[in-house]
Amino acid sequence: MASITADSSVNNPISSGRAVARQLSDRAIMNLFIWPTLVLLIAFNFFPLFYSLFLSFTNYRATGNTAPVWIGIENYATILTDPSLWEAFTTTGRYVLFSVALQTVVGFGLAMLIRGKFRGSGLVTTLILVPMMLSPVVVGLFWKMMYNPNFGYFNYLVGMGESGQLDMLASRFGNQAIQGIALASVILVDVWMWSPFVMLLVLSGLNAIPDYLYEAAAIDRASSWFQFWHITLPQVMPLLLIAVLFRTIEALKSFDLVMGLTGGGPGNQTELIAVYLYRVAFLGQFRSGYSSALAYIILIIVIAISNLYIRNLNKIKGEG
Amino acid sequence: MATIQLKQVEKRFGEAYAVKPLDLTISDGEFIVLLGPSGCGKTTTLRMISGLETVTAGQILLDDKNVTWLHPSARDIAFVFQFYALYPHMSVRDNIAFPLKAQGETKELIDERLKLVVDLLRIGHLLNKRPGGLSGGDKQRVALARALVRRPAAFLMDEPLGALDADLRESMRAEIRELQLRLKATTVYVTHDQIEAMAMGDRIVVMSAAVVQQADTPTQVYYNPANLFVAKFIGSPGMNLVQGNYAEGIVRLPGDNQYPLPPGWQNSITRGENVILGFRPESAHVSPEGMLQGQVYATHMHGSYTMLHLNMEGDNVVHVRADRSQRYPIGANIRFDVDAQMARFFNPQNETALRQHQEQSRMTNDGLAVSNSQSSVSHSQSYE
Repeated sequence: MASITADSSVNNPISSGRAVARQLSDRAIMNLFIWPTLVLLIAFNFFPLFYSLFLSFTNYRATGNTAPVWIGIENYATILTDPSLWEAFTTTGRYVLFSVALQTVVGFGLAMLIRGKFRGSGLVTTLILVPMMLSPVVVGLFWKMMYNPNFGYFNYLVGMGESGQLDMLASRFGNQAIQGIALASVILVDVWMWSPFVMLLVLSGLNAIPDYLYEAAAIDRASSWFQFWHITLPQVMPLLLIAVLFRTIEALKSFDLVMGLTGGGPGNQTELIAVYLYRVAFLGQFRSGYSSALAYIILIIVIAISNLYIRNLNKIKGEG
Repeated sequence: MATIQLKQVEKRFGEAYAVKPLDLTISDGEFIVLLGPSGCGKTTTLRMISGLETVTAGQILLDDKNVTWLHPSARDIAFVFQFYALYPHMSVRDNIAFPLKAQGETKELIDERLKLVVDLLRIGHLLNKRPGGLSGGDKQRVALARALVRRPAAFLMDEPLGALDADLRESMRAEIRELQLRLKATTVYVTHDQIEAMAMGDRIVVMSAAVVQQADTPTQVYYNPANLFVAKFIGSPGMNLVQGNYAEGIVRLPGDNQYPLPPGWQNSITRGENVILGFRPESAHVSPEGMLQGQVYATHMHGSYTMLHLNMEGDNVVHVRADRSQRYPIGANIRFDVDAQMARFFNPQNETALRQHQEQSRMTNDGLAVSNSQSSVSHSQSYE
């Protein structure tokens, strides 16, 4: 064993190790660091990426004992004409829109609230950040308990504790099914979990605004409201957009939280695109080729949306 | 434009005074410079006038209206910050229009006012740029434009030229002063640069250690400093100060130098008392028959003249302005005279200036509008 780091010892075997270390050229050390990373990247990222691209043009099933057969764009054609998929897309769109919008508003509000230094502001900030440090599956499971119609805390809070009538995750009130409640429940949990993230980014943006801008604005006789719209908001905008970008991408591929809460149900009311993909890929039929094609479509959508954001971000930064 | 009055205004942080009780009356259209070393309380005073800093005690009147506890936005004053404080995300146009937009003015009025100040400051070509891309001088012009566009009751400027390089500072100095005279704008200007203060101010308020040392015209502050601090602080180099002892019509100075007390001072100084002689370098003249002498310690060429550093004895080095064409070898003994009209005397105990009895009116600090409990007391003390 060549001890590369041994440099304080004078023992013979180790000093021979030192000699080895000295003989290693910069290039060799560089290779030692780079190759393991590259191999892992290729094995777990690049290969699956390109292999799945290939699979998306075949009828391959991971459980079928046959080699993939090239079928051209048939998978894509099927997917884009499948109404149940469009439904999943619509659900996802609704989820992303409401979830990100609410997180932005709540996160911004929280940031404005704890912006000033006050007694215990560090502790309060940390406590607010706790939700986003938890695992989504754990969050899903305990919110499932909170939503429980019989003993859940949520019903108690909204004044439905006695009757046990309201079942958020089942989208039901008594015997009546109400569309959208289940999705709203999931959105609520996502907002609870990720608003702190928006808050954190906005807070760092707020703290970076120099005091003299507000002093200048006070001298210029701007009202607090005017200051907010013309100084605070534009100054925070770049960081706010980054927060929204991250949250949008995350929300588009949201999976674990929904699985923990509803598993996509009731029916397909909360079946987001990632949940749909999971069902197609790993449950029942194992349609690997088809699900690869679907995964690529999602990837393209995510990249397109991210690019829109980034272009806007650059525009704002370029102006700044 | 307006008058500004400070009545016993003070600022304390805990026990420490940032500004000790201060009285100051600034008349309409006056250009007042608050001058002093850093930490002397001049910026705090300015910020209290603006409302960016609260006062601990005292009153601030703007046009005889008490504004002591009003928010800055309710005071109708403009403030030019040292580092410009332009809004980085707005174009120059929006920066200048900001105070008008904040007041909800109409677009026509904004355009009209904008055009006026833009022409006044010659910054038309900058309107669509962002502050980040401007030079220091242009930034300061934009900051001035933003202050001017509102037509406020008074302008407050906190070292507006401090961040500029020397050349630009000089031309901006002239620009600001010219603008101020044209607009007859009441202006309070903070600087630590005594040359700037001398060049610009109608009156200079010299501050040190939270206390006003003297408030007077540049000429008075220069030729009749109220105390040793002002004597040393104003001028570069400051006033020469040599400690001596008075007896029989003669002030005995170090190095066996004797200076006959000029007429008019006899009643101010008691025999046998220590006294400090003060004179400006340009009030001394090298001459073979001079009454005073010193050894050349250094000579500094200043272009049109040579500044001699003469050692009278011990640490008593005085600066004397001399003819640039003459040579003054180091170590040579040089005789010089001090203009009797220009000699000043100070009390070494309380460090304040002595007054010449015959010409009391000339020596009296005519800036009595400004005083400060400490200096006003010590100021009137004569030495008999």
